[in-house]
Amino acid sequence: MLLIYCPYCEIERAETEFHCGGEAHIARPSDPEKATDDDWVEFLYMRSNTKGIAAERWRHIHGCGRFFNAVRDTVSDKFLTFYKAGDPRPDLEALAREAGK
Amino acid sequence: MKRYSFLELAKNAFSAHQNWGRQWRAPEPKAEYDVVIVGAGGHGLATAYYLAREHGIRNVAVIEKGWLGGGNTGRNTTIVRSNYLWEESAALYNHAIGLWQNLSQELNYNVMYSARGVMMLAHTVHDVQVSQRHIHANRLAGVQNEWLTPEEAKEYCPPLNISRNIRYPVVGAALQRVGGTARHDAVAWGYARGADDLGVDIIQNCAVTGIRRGQDGSVEGVETAKGFIKAKKVGVVAAGHTSVVMEMAGVRLPLESFPLQALVSEPVKPAFPCVVMSNTIHAYISQSDKGELVIGAGTDQFVSYSQAGGLHITNHTIDAICELFPHFRRMRMLRNWGGIVDTTPDRSPILSKTPVPGLYVNCGWGTGGFKATPGSGHVFAHTIAKDEPHPINAPFTIDRFRTGRLIDEAAAAAVAH
Repeated sequence: MLLIYCPYCEIERAETEFHCGGEAHIARPSDPEKATDDDWVEFLYMRSNTKGIAAERWRHIHGCGRFFNAVRDTVSDKFLTFYKAGDPRPDLEALAREAGK
Repeated sequence: MKRYSFLELAKNAFSAHQNWGRQWRAPEPKAEYDVVIVGAGGHGLATAYYLAREHGIRNVAVIEKGWLGGGNTGRNTTIVRSNYLWEESAALYNHAIGLWQNLSQELNYNVMYSARGVMMLAHTVHDVQVSQRHIHANRLAGVQNEWLTPEEAKEYCPPLNISRNIRYPVVGAALQRVGGTARHDAVAWGYARGADDLGVDIIQNCAVTGIRRGQDGSVEGVETAKGFIKAKKVGVVAAGHTSVVMEMAGVRLPLESFPLQALVSEPVKPAFPCVVMSNTIHAYISQSDKGELVIGAGTDQFVSYSQAGGLHITNHTIDAICELFPHFRRMRMLRNWGGIVDTTPDRSPILSKTPVPGLYVNCGWGTGGFKATPGSGHVFAHTIAKDEPHPINAPFTIDRFRTGRLIDEAAAAAVAH
């Protein structure tokens, strides 16, 4: 079980309090009228499925109920950082270097 | 190939079984092959076997990062069934059921396919409606599946607790009698031995590090730990690592990889006659011929390549097992492990050509690929040999995510998604 830090509650809690929302920073096509089929495929279905350092969404369902983002190594399952929804994606390569990956 | 028989067994008994010989070679890779298969699991080896046997393409290599059958083929819970909801899936899994029937004879290798019946429990009114819908859909598609009352379920599987006083009482069950189990390792070994005999090179401990593409974009071969191997066609059958391998060719896929867990108990005398699964409370269980109870748990909720899952996932399953089968409460569990399963958004596999000419992919089996091993290899070999899909796997393209013709099997899966 993972230990997850909620950046809103500012507290570390067990994974069972949270729901994983999958890959982070996937933006819905801003102008749906102009979006092509391929744009929708990319938005709805295609995923990076990264082996290594990746950003993902979590929601503190049994706490504050808010979405936030986290960066985790999908090989060791260790978290590298947590940040609030709306914050820009951190530099994953720099984080990886820091973690010695 | 030296055929295995009772006479061979008797003969080798005289030399204390010391002189059986290797079941397959350990060749160095050649410079060039007609087809390279990436991944020597059950599906990859079956693909190579049927390429050689059905299509006469024998200049084939199967390249494997670890050892053959060491991934999800060796980690699953060995269940075989075909009671899927949609016609496309029923056709695909039933094709496999057809091949399972005679597989031991065909491969001259005992895969221990045992049609002991797969029973799926219903606990709520909703479950009953879904199960009945499945049974009717299966009947129309020519797939065997039948409805049992709780008393009939208890008669078929005596350890089952059908008391009305438990949290999720059993109100009925769907039984597929042709479903059952098979020995997972033997499936990989049997296909490996069969393919090797037909001239296929199985190259183990050799990771693929790149997929080389030519000027026109088509596949030229694969970069490996043992150097470049030229190939006219490349088939990727890499299960949980498919996204990683396909990225080498610049192809993005609608896949996410999750750890799926299983565990086995200490071995006991035969106590459990069939396979029982419950979608609602996320449990399934059978007993291996060795005597261990084989229990399947769910997937973790996040993408991971760690081959280990959270303990609370298995705990949840064990809770359900203990309620359904109270006399297993004092069993001790011996081992638990995880495998990385590649899931698609519609929970149906992808057996398809790709945007890259000469590159084919067989993936997305998610939490239930073992049962399909013979059928998957059979139709994927056809897809590679003819450069067009077999009618059975024609609906299972990557393109279905663009056209919207999804095969939404989420309700048919055995474990939590």
